[in-house]
Amino acid sequence: MLDIVGKRFWFLLISGALALICIILLVTFGLELGIDFSSGSILTVSFEQEVDQDQLERELAGLGYISANIERNPEGDFLIRTVELTTEEKAQLKESLAAKFGTINEKGFENVDPVIAKETARIAAIAIAVAAVGILLYITWAFRRMPSPFRYGTCGILALVFNVLVVLGVFAVLGAVLGWGINLMFITGILAVIGYSVNNTVVIFDRIRENLIKDVSADFKVVVNNSLVESLSRSFNTSLTTVLVVLALLLFVGASIQNFTVTLLIGIIIGTYSSIYVAPTLLVVWEKGEWGRLLHPAQF
Amino acid sequence: MTRKNTLYLMVILALFAFALWVILPIDSERFGREGIQLGLDLQGGVRLVYQADLSSVESGDETEVIEGVIAVIANRINPLGVTEPNIERRGTNQIVVELPMLSVTDKQKERIGRTALLKFGELTTEEEARWVNDLGSWKPATATIYGQEKELTSSYFKENTYVDRDNLGRILLVFEWNEEGSKLSEEITGRLINQPLGIFEGDESLLGDDGRPIAPIVRSKITDRGQIEGLSLHEATELSKQLNAGRLPVPLETKYELTVDPTLGADFVALGSKAGLIGIILVMLFMIIYYRLPGVLAGLALIFYGALVLAAFKLIPVTLTLAGLGGFILSIGMAVDANVLIFERMKEEFRTGRTLGAAIEAGFNRAWTAIKDSNITTFIVCGILYWVGTSIVAGAPVKGFALTLFIGVAVSMFTAIVVTRTFLRLFVGSRLAKRTSLFSPYLGRK
Repeated sequence: MLDIVGKRFWFLLISGALALICIILLVTFGLELGIDFSSGSILTVSFEQEVDQDQLERELAGLGYISANIERNPEGDFLIRTVELTTEEKAQLKESLAAKFGTINEKGFENVDPVIAKETARIAAIAIAVAAVGILLYITWAFRRMPSPFRYGTCGILALVFNVLVVLGVFAVLGAVLGWGINLMFITGILAVIGYSVNNTVVIFDRIRENLIKDVSADFKVVVNNSLVESLSRSFNTSLTTVLVVLALLLFVGASIQNFTVTLLIGIIIGTYSSIYVAPTLLVVWEKGEWGRLLHPAQF
Repeated sequence: MTRKNTLYLMVILALFAFALWVILPIDSERFGREGIQLGLDLQGGVRLVYQADLSSVESGDETEVIEGVIAVIANRINPLGVTEPNIERRGTNQIVVELPMLSVTDKQKERIGRTALLKFGELTTEEEARWVNDLGSWKPATATIYGQEKELTSSYFKENTYVDRDNLGRILLVFEWNEEGSKLSEEITGRLINQPLGIFEGDESLLGDDGRPIAPIVRSKITDRGQIEGLSLHEATELSKQLNAGRLPVPLETKYELTVDPTLGADFVALGSKAGLIGIILVMLFMIIYYRLPGVLAGLALIFYGALVLAAFKLIPVTLTLAGLGGFILSIGMAVDANVLIFERMKEEFRTGRTLGAAIEAGFNRAWTAIKDSNITTFIVCGILYWVGTSIVAGAPVKGFALTLFIGVAVSMFTAIVVTRTFLRLFVGSRLAKRTSLFSPYLGRK
């Protein structure tokens, strides 16, 4: 039988390293904020003639919109993110672009004032905190009849924090390289990932509980490993079906909700990984009181 | 057992037929609901959030003032021909305006939130200036009546302002002062003879058709009526209407705007449906290839699932946004999770030597706690997202996602437990069940 728990120190070391890299990326690049949180405008336009994205970027910079960010959706519309635009500034911008690239159609416009942006950021932060606490309480409650329910809750949350860190790390890079800003859809994606990846962890914990009750083995390590291996194909298959639909969303709907779909994609994959390799292995390390050994790779 | 199953099957088929009848054709009217309600981002339209400046309002009167503002905005929106406008108060001082399925120009949008309060000003020094334009620095023109210093504004106009033309065909906006206004005007114009009287709206100068600030020179004392010259016909007409009946009691500031052209929304619906269809086909293919016959049954259950969820969206009704559509599509992928859990469990039970029938029952019973426990985490998150969606200005997509995901996961639990189980039980009794390879390529080889 596949021995995942036996290699727990390696998996935890790799995961720890990955988490560290993501923290470094986050600290170095920070997160690019979208207009939902930092205020600003997104103007969606289409041109009748074929327009090159680089050319459009240069033209915008020439007009003084240096930090403007451009994305394109599958229909070929351009989403131009700028600082807050007044009605006059928007009219001027459209006029200048029309003079350069020909007929321009405004297909959408969103403008967020700093007052609203601040309020949105505050509520998003509360939501994430409430979700984390809620999930911790729930897992603790769900495993209340186990010897140490709080451990299950904590390991579940640690795996969760790991997932969120990896998604944030990736978005730090996406923000720095492609100028993707995190927005409300990103937060929605993060929360969906939180719910979904804990779902995977709970299924595995559930199996551990069942096998403990059945008294499969006196060794906790063996119980956990059996539970993991038994739920392995379920974990992969469920994630695969979800990844399939998310890919369909990513490819067909594109720019408007790409933050959301990319967050889900990374979150589901990492969530599956952490539910198998992080949460249960942490549980074993805790049970056996092996925290010290994590620091001494020679003893792996 | 078989009779119970047949009964279940009948109920399931009846439910499926009902769901199909509800959703097909797409725009049919069922129980008073016509088609699936689409959010602003999918059907196009405008959402504006204004913040009212209540600094001049006495505390306790806020509600009345905001209600007044809402009434005025409703009047201004009427001529635009929106079928279902929505105007509501948000918090203490904000007003949300939603105009679905409408293409509006920037000019029209500006007019919705316009204060339409004209203030008159006199020239002053730079230090004292409230307004600055090409003609100089201005401060509000005031006079003291009944022992109180008051600014001269259009709030003293009688509600009979109209547009006229002079002999030369120039456009005039003609107004009449009420009692208090005429006293103020007499004082002020008497003081300002041969000097200009500036006209301002909010922080801006009132601009003429030529783009220059309007500031007539006072030739004589004005007591009862006056006229403003230089506006375009359109602007003068619009302004006279708003001055008469539609003046806002307090100034508004736009804090949030979302405008979606109906064509962009239609694109999203097309793209989203395509993504959903392809997603569902991929999931079904995977299930069939991996789980064989149970996979086919899960696929059928998935079609049933889709119809049921869409019917729920229509009847509840759920306003479908792009993110909501995403939530629905995501739930398709997640919906089979319960099936996967059960099938994996079935396989295990089968391997331990149980008969197919016993394996199916054990698989369902054992998988249930995992299905229940794991979905509750998704429900918790849906609850939090719903709260986020209702608390913030741009929250409609988040709320839509929370609702569709919640409905999707709830219905998926039902379809996995009831529908797939009934299908499988029926097959156990049939001859097909003897060919175990149909249930999994791996089973026979164990």
